[in-house]
Amino acid sequence: MNVGIIILVVLAFAAAGYIAGKRQALALSAGSGMKLHSLSGYYGQTVALFAAVPAFLLMIVWLLVQPVVVENRISGMIPESLASEPAARSLVMSDVRRIADGLDSVLVRGGLGEEALDSIAADTQNVRARLAEVGIALAGEVPPVVFEAARSYRQSAKTGALAMTFAVFGLSLLLGFLAYRRIDPQMRARNISETFVKSLLIASSLIAILTTIGIVFSLVFETITFFKLYPASEFFFSTVWNPQFRGGSELGILPLLWGTLYVSFIALLVAVPIGLMIAIYLSEYAGRSMRSFAKPAIEMLAGIPTIVYGLFALVTIGPFLRDYFAAPLGLGSSSSSVLTAGLVMGIMIIPFVSSLSDDIINAVPQALRDGSYGLGATRSETIKKVVMPAALPGIVGAVLLAASRAIGETMIVVLGAGAAAKLSLNPFEAMTTVTVKIVSQLTGDSEFSSPETLVAFALGLTLFTFTLGLNVLALYIVRKYREQYE
Amino acid sequence: MNSISSMNTTTTTTKASPMTETKISARSVQVYYGEKHALRDVSIEIRPRSVTAFIGPSGCGKSTFLRCLNRMNDTIDSCRVEGSILIDGENIYDPKVDPVQLRAKVGMVFQKPNPFPKSIYENVAYGPRIHGLARKKSELDDIVASSLQKAGLWNEVKDRLNESGTGLSGGQQQRLCIARAVAVSPEIILMDEPCSALDPIATAKVEELIHELRTNFTIVIVTHSMQQAARVSQRTAMFHLGLLVEENDTDKMFTNPDDQRTQDYIMGRFG
Repeated sequence: MNVGIIILVVLAFAAAGYIAGKRQALALSAGSGMKLHSLSGYYGQTVALFAAVPAFLLMIVWLLVQPVVVENRISGMIPESLASEPAARSLVMSDVRRIADGLDSVLVRGGLGEEALDSIAADTQNVRARLAEVGIALAGEVPPVVFEAARSYRQSAKTGALAMTFAVFGLSLLLGFLAYRRIDPQMRARNISETFVKSLLIASSLIAILTTIGIVFSLVFETITFFKLYPASEFFFSTVWNPQFRGGSELGILPLLWGTLYVSFIALLVAVPIGLMIAIYLSEYAGRSMRSFAKPAIEMLAGIPTIVYGLFALVTIGPFLRDYFAAPLGLGSSSSSVLTAGLVMGIMIIPFVSSLSDDIINAVPQALRDGSYGLGATRSETIKKVVMPAALPGIVGAVLLAASRAIGETMIVVLGAGAAAKLSLNPFEAMTTVTVKIVSQLTGDSEFSSPETLVAFALGLTLFTFTLGLNVLALYIVRKYREQYE
Repeated sequence: MNSISSMNTTTTTTKASPMTETKISARSVQVYYGEKHALRDVSIEIRPRSVTAFIGPSGCGKSTFLRCLNRMNDTIDSCRVEGSILIDGENIYDPKVDPVQLRAKVGMVFQKPNPFPKSIYENVAYGPRIHGLARKKSELDDIVASSLQKAGLWNEVKDRLNESGTGLSGGQQQRLCIARAVAVSPEIILMDEPCSALDPIATAKVEELIHELRTNFTIVIVTHSMQQAARVSQRTAMFHLGLLVEENDTDKMFTNPDDQRTQDYIMGRFG
């Protein structure tokens, strides 16, 4: 039985539990003359929640654990001769899984029963051909051991799924029934169902937090592997980035970090003044109708996919800067340059700065403005001397958030800044950033376990540390600013 | 104060006796917020170097009228003012008048203390700085010190002028705001319920301060507290539903008002 149907059945149990629970509560209350502690619906909800939530949790855990268990068992069946090292073993295992899937299709297509597998097994020469018929292409002949492993894999998966179906239904019915039996007018059904809801909310936030932790861990482990193959001091302090397919690469992060910071710096140079002026105009000068039109219009910039900005950089800004600035000034002849990427990225993050700053400026109490106007200050004096200083910490926070967005940006840099890792001050030269190199190292032809590929994780972790640091700093500043006014 | 002039007050308008000086003279002022007619045909004369209190139930237009006197209503988009308000004989709604200069002459203290998130010194120095009142640092220091003295705050803060103004207590903050207003040497100070956010002790201090300021400034105060109006003001104006109901000497107003509505309000029958 597939997962979708199991979910529907459990939901049906829950719905039935809701109706039964509600009725039971009403009936008991009418029979005993006792007033219900909670509204009758809460009794129904309690039964429904007991019937559904633990069953779903069990199902989720089962779905996560079962493949691991099965995989381990089957992996034990593969002899050392076929899988001498971990990489080869995982290749064989993926064959096993594909064969197992293929066998399913063969049986369904041929309308055959389970016993037909024995005949297929006897005829090892034909296995490959039969699987090819159903669209599973294998590299070579299937050794009997692997075929047996696939059969066994299939069998375990089936047994597991069946066991899960029973376990989930059983748990749902059992807990639903127990909850139903416990209904009594004095039962605090509302408190129970609210506790459930609260745990649900906590679980949701845990998912977000755990994901972050998971990402960090996966990065950290791969990075440790990388540093075993390549010295950390070289990575952090070497000024040369020169990956080679045949090994002997020089993988210094400095040129990439320099490119990243340089491009982000130009982007902020563009975005911060423009964004701030937009924010000041919108919050202090614009009338209501202008504001209601302009704010969403500016925020639309944030909705443009970054690849489109990249194209804009590639075909418009890049050649323009080259033909009218770089070439006449003798500063370079490349259409991809730090300046191209920086300008376009700056335009992209304008709405981050303007929107956040606008909110922050609006949060400055009107009383402060009135106080300033009441003393005979003009509007611009009020903005310069009262509103902006009061909003400054929040604006710094907004700028830092925009900066972390700029540092993590990839597509604009790929198309706008080029791919040459260089340490140079000339903004018209092509440079590259950490994100671009992560992409190119992971999409290259190198083996996955080579330092040339694993360096991507070290780069990613460095970048993550940077942006995380910026975000934490930004949040800290914004929070500190809030305390001042509330 | 001459009380003969108030004997012939009518319900909506007051004719100033020719013998009395006038600082502010409002003539049939109408205020609209969008469609809402907030003030109807208000005419009043306000005397120099005295305290005039505006009383009336919430929403009666007294604060609106106060904000007309330094054109603070200009900052509200939907607000429209008709009629004329003369200060020293000059119509402040004349297009030639710069509201910014006007507000330097007509200072304002707000309901809730609103010190800037700057140091005590900077709060007071703010006005003199933007109007260029001090040429040297020492002159500015003098202005700050004398303003704080006039606001009765000097002794409490003279050792911590560089601390934040927002760190003071509510009553101190309000006196800081008064010092801030005094620092630009206005002729008129408008106070919009200046004690409504303060405890009784702080209120007493501010009222005492208003008494002292009266010798140098024309003060107009909006208040919800009848006792406060009786304590601090010489003249009282009663607003109701956008109308100026009665304007009279404070003593007369609280003992023997001409208008029944004033009588009812003072006796606590409505509002």
